[in-house]
Amino acid sequence: MDFLITLVNGLSLGGIYAMIALGYTMVYGIAKMLNFAHGDIIMVGGYTILLFIPVNPVLAIVAAIVFCVIVGITVEKFAYKPLRGASPLAVLITAIGVSTLLQSLAQVIFGSAPKIQQINLGALQLGELKIEISTIITLVCSVIVMLALHLFVKYTKVGRAMVAVSEDKGAAQLMGINVNFIIMITFAIGSALAAIAGLFYFLKVQTMTTTFGALPGIKAFTAAVIGGIGSIPGAMVGGLLLGVVESICLSIPAISAYTDAIEFSILIIILLVKPTGLLGKKRREKV
Amino acid sequence: MAMLEVHDLEVNYGVIRAIKGISFEVNEGEIVTLIGANGAGKTTTMQSIVGLIPKKGGTVTFQGEDITKTPCHKVVHLGMTQVPEGRRIFQELTVYENLLMGAYSNKNKATLKEDLQAIYARFPRLEERKNQVAGTLSGGEQQMLAMGRALMSHPKLLMLDEPSMGLSPLLVDQVFEIIKDINKGGTTILLVEQNAGKSLAISDRAYVLENGEIVLSGTGKELSESEMVRKAYLGG
Repeated sequence: MDFLITLVNGLSLGGIYAMIALGYTMVYGIAKMLNFAHGDIIMVGGYTILLFIPVNPVLAIVAAIVFCVIVGITVEKFAYKPLRGASPLAVLITAIGVSTLLQSLAQVIFGSAPKIQQINLGALQLGELKIEISTIITLVCSVIVMLALHLFVKYTKVGRAMVAVSEDKGAAQLMGINVNFIIMITFAIGSALAAIAGLFYFLKVQTMTTTFGALPGIKAFTAAVIGGIGSIPGAMVGGLLLGVVESICLSIPAISAYTDAIEFSILIIILLVKPTGLLGKKRREKV
Repeated sequence: MAMLEVHDLEVNYGVIRAIKGISFEVNEGEIVTLIGANGAGKTTTMQSIVGLIPKKGGTVTFQGEDITKTPCHKVVHLGMTQVPEGRRIFQELTVYENLLMGAYSNKNKATLKEDLQAIYARFPRLEERKNQVAGTLSGGEQQMLAMGRALMSHPKLLMLDEPSMGLSPLLVDQVFEIIKDINKGGTTILLVEQNAGKSLAISDRAYVLENGEIVLSGTGKELSESEMVRKAYLGG
């Protein structure tokens, strides 16, 4: 019974990781860059939610999504787009710079003291099982979001164009696809997912700091690499796997202190055995 | 006025001058071929015309419109597309989805079904495999798909880069038959080929490209009879 609760908690946490991992993996697949400022978009979403939640919780979620999308697109347009075709190192350093910029801006606006906002949605009692309602909402919402994203990519024109661009930018352009537009859409979707993930992560930790996005960001990045960076199903599987592992580790007192070490060791082991990640494909070599 | 006019085109790869100021034209309804050896600059020329790689100098005009600086995706909307070297189909998408990508620039949804039927009629093999992931197709089938995908955008000018590369002799003949047939349907063709014999036989006019320069031009017949072309490209 305890294990069942551990599993549900793990899947719920994994859902958060998966939503963030999707942002990393989609941007990597389509713009071929690691957006290390992605975790800070979660933080932007978190502060927006904190600001609006006293007014209305639904408004807070909508505002967070809209604001994160605006920030994501702006960062892409002014920081990354001018570097299209530049060396990957320049783009990587820029991403780290953007990350610092966003954290510093948040510090200027909100100060460096942690903000605590207690939100208790209660718990569900099913016989012997007691599960937090926020955990269930997180799990259900993340499944819906992932399903919606899957359908979007598979069955819409823009979604298929995203697959085409990630596979072959040049051939995609020959179809009349505007690659810059597709990259912008990708950043928008990734940022919206980060905002939703930010809400659920906030429900979990209930404390807001300027480095709020750092830990879930790095965990989700790990999840994306475990699943195979660039692969959408990979990010989902990697996120859920990492969440369950974390939850199991935390439930066993003897190893709970080593949770992070175990998670990152899994990354190393998987990369040793399968360098492309669980569902990653080896890209064909271009001549 | 020619449909496509390339004037004094220059392309650099880093410090290397890959294309050194070439001029040629393609008239409506023609099949025009650029022949040349490996590394002569054929693919570079094709990719720079559509805007996939930047031009160093010169101008390109399509149907009277200057497209020298037009980005690639907009050029496609003007009615010109390319079957790239190595086919470059989307391996993770199905055959059907690849064809849909070809129609990306087509805003008219009503004609989509008809267009698909026309492609399936021309390439029955694609219909048999429409739900198959394109990466699993054979080389010949992939070439058919690449051509079908390009035709989905209703190009007025279709550019084909080495369509016979890596295909068995039987399939090569088939590909050239299809190109002739597409041309009969009213599509102008600009072809790049290493297979000089077969391509000159179906061409109205042709240009010979060597080291980034056009060294010879004429009708397909003239060039296939030219001493220099026979020595260099037709094996005697």
